[in-house]
Amino acid sequence: MKKFWALFFFFWPTVAIIACLIAPSRGWWFPGAPMSRTGIQIDGLFYLILIIVTITFVATQYVLGYALWMGATKDPGSKAFFSHGSHKLEIVWTIVPSFILVFISLSQLDVLAEIRVISKFPEKATKVAEVTARQFEWRIRYPKPGSELTTEENPGDLYYVNELHVPTGKPVIINLRTQDVQHAFFSPQLRVKQDAVPGLVIPVWFDVLEVGTYDLVCAELCGWGHYKMKARIVAQSQSSVDKYLKQLEAEQNEDGTKSETAKSADE
Amino acid sequence: MATVSPALDAHGHADDHSHGHHEQSFISKYVFSLDHKIIGIQFLMTTLIMLMVGGALALAVRWQLAFPWENMPVVGQLFGLFRNEGGQISPEFYTMLFTMHASVMIFLVIIPILAGAFGNFLIPLQIGTDDMAFPALNMLSYWFMWPAIVCFGCSFFVAGGTAGPGNGWTSYPLLSDLPQAAPGSGASQTFWLLGLTLVGVSSMMGSVNYLTTIINMRAPGMTLFRMPLTIWSMFITAILQAFALPVLTAAGFMLLFDRLNSILPTDIHSVFFIPANIIVNNAAPTVGGGQPLLWQHLFWFYSHPAVYIMLLPAMGMVSDMLACMSRKPVFGYKPMVYSMAAIAGLGFIVWGHHMFTSGMNPALGMTFMTSTMMIALPSAIKVFNWIGTIWGGDLQFNGVMLNCSGFVAMFIVGGLSGIFMAAVPVDIYFHDTYFIVAHFHYVLFGSTLFGVFAAIQFWFPKMFGREMNDTVQKWHFALSFIGFNCTFFPMHLLGMAGMPRRYADPYLHGYLEHLLPMNRFITLFAILMGVAQFLLLGNFFYSIFRGKKVGRNPWNANGLEWTAPSPPGHGNFDIAPVVYRGPYEYSSPDAEAIGQDYILQTVPHVKGVAKFPHH
Repeated sequence: MKKFWALFFFFWPTVAIIACLIAPSRGWWFPGAPMSRTGIQIDGLFYLILIIVTITFVATQYVLGYALWMGATKDPGSKAFFSHGSHKLEIVWTIVPSFILVFISLSQLDVLAEIRVISKFPEKATKVAEVTARQFEWRIRYPKPGSELTTEENPGDLYYVNELHVPTGKPVIINLRTQDVQHAFFSPQLRVKQDAVPGLVIPVWFDVLEVGTYDLVCAELCGWGHYKMKARIVAQSQSSVDKYLKQLEAEQNEDGTKSETAKSADE
Repeated sequence: MATVSPALDAHGHADDHSHGHHEQSFISKYVFSLDHKIIGIQFLMTTLIMLMVGGALALAVRWQLAFPWENMPVVGQLFGLFRNEGGQISPEFYTMLFTMHASVMIFLVIIPILAGAFGNFLIPLQIGTDDMAFPALNMLSYWFMWPAIVCFGCSFFVAGGTAGPGNGWTSYPLLSDLPQAAPGSGASQTFWLLGLTLVGVSSMMGSVNYLTTIINMRAPGMTLFRMPLTIWSMFITAILQAFALPVLTAAGFMLLFDRLNSILPTDIHSVFFIPANIIVNNAAPTVGGGQPLLWQHLFWFYSHPAVYIMLLPAMGMVSDMLACMSRKPVFGYKPMVYSMAAIAGLGFIVWGHHMFTSGMNPALGMTFMTSTMMIALPSAIKVFNWIGTIWGGDLQFNGVMLNCSGFVAMFIVGGLSGIFMAAVPVDIYFHDTYFIVAHFHYVLFGSTLFGVFAAIQFWFPKMFGREMNDTVQKWHFALSFIGFNCTFFPMHLLGMAGMPRRYADPYLHGYLEHLLPMNRFITLFAILMGVAQFLLLGNFFYSIFRGKKVGRNPWNANGLEWTAPSPPGHGNFDIAPVVYRGPYEYSSPDAEAIGQDYILQTVPHVKGVAKFPHH
């Protein structure tokens, strides 16, 4: 029975590792490849940590299992190994992990600065829209085509709900805010997440690499309908975005009469 | 006591130990008791019951995630709890379930079972004194739990039973600040805040008492570095409580003042956390100039140290138990003490890692990332030392040993998964996903509760003079361990797949649809784990009355508590103990000299050879 318990502590980390190995093929992994440049960096840092952590996990769990196995297979009657510890070992296992931890920390700094420090935002990034979260939807405000996005609403601004159109291949900035409680802007495929804090306007930048439709969900508890703040980010070429905005503008200015005059003017 | 020099006897414990004999009524002996042991056992029983309440809430959460919007079995029909919804869990009820699951487990189970139950029971016994420094304060610290439990209970029902507080245990404003923000943000939220405050009062009274007792009332010869690591951990935890808790209490009152107009018939209220021009649910725009982020800073300034409050005592107790069950001294006693102190110290400067996506200054993020990474270091040192303690030991494979090994194994997972979250860019993806849920359950359940399972069995003989059935404890361990890992390990993968926390129905989103089978698997094993706890409870209550009777020192351990009768009478020790050696002299040459593999802390050195005193 002693051996059974020692093997038990070998068995479960093995199962855990196997589960992680088969996970990507079963869809229990990232929801697709990262679809933004910062997303690629984030995934890279993740795999760096994953390698370090997996080595540590396997080593410590199996050493623990082996220590139990030693105890389980010990001759009955033989004495325990009397020791109060080892100064040398303590120094080794203090210094080695601290170097690894400092290394992990330092490896994160550049990417963190790139994502979050406003002065390090890409110079070419354009402000495409303001995203206002509210219970339980995402309200999108685009500036009037040809104008710049400002913090205040302007006449001619275009509004839409739960669908954000952004151009691909270039960095874009959205101004994130909330009308009521705290929410969080989370796009799993783009690896973008930022809380929308009441009273603050927070600029968020990302660049979408490929044309496609990506999920936008809420990641901060915002009330009973938190789960249903379902929206999408439509990434398309700049010309398609312009076309979409033109169409949105037309729809928004549609009042039944104006289009008639426009028509007659064309004739 | 003749061997005690007057200098050692400065605390005056030698003379009066006869006060256990006078008659006490049932009420003063078992209900409003001043005896630290009874208070400890009261805490233990209360928290074990609350553990089942919190577990039931968790299973309801799991039901919804495995079978969304389907009628809940038993509870749905039997109690007619959701008659209006036809037995379904409504989304606002779901928010209440996870909020109260966390609140009950954190404030009514983990914190009081460690500090309240084991802290109370063990501190005077392990440092060799007759009771706490302030017995009446000690009694009050238990009885302040009950108004807290009543307040938490009221918060379930004040809004008609379907809309308890639904703002998460973190209660971020404005959701928790403005009553119009959610069905559970009205009176329920007020009662929740009052409950939180009362739990804080209870903890504060406990921590003041522990600090005073440990500093002033140690037995002669019980130097700081002869204290068992359990006592060190309780001491460091009490410091954390004493310094962090006032911040949470203040924040709670600030939130209550913000909500004053919804509590009292008045228009006056503060705006600590309320910015201007916020329109919630079409109500009038708010007037204010407050900052919701302030709450997050204040809350986590307490609640991150609180994570260590919920862990350090278990670390201390596991160190004691592992040494005893390995028949070896703790490997690196002083590094263990220093690493606990380092965890506590660093614990005060890492709170910002809960706020990496909150929009705080990124420079702060970098600082918090580095300090958070560094807190992994003392944790790693502790793990290595635990394994070193087991290494080469004469291992006793009983329930205590298995649960302690489980603690170490699970703490490794919880610690390593924490590194992903400490790294800000990676955390940006994992923040508020199930990865976090997996991580903190590995720390709070996987580590702390497995440590507690071991501690219950280990000190049970001292509490009740009987022992628990070891076979049942092993079954309990195996089922809990399998149930636990099959429940929480897959949650890492749910988090990888980007499943956010606190979603009543994640499958609304296409990219999460394929996770339903995995959630069903998780729920199945969560039920197994829940059912397994009846083994513990059954064994616990059966053994109180029918367990095998044992003597003073059934485990052949070294600590002072094992020199007292089982259970110790009022006043604890027959004669005031005097301490001559450290707590972990298992298999030492001194012990061998008297033909044992252990040597009590009270055995004096005589000309280099230990002399065994006869009780």
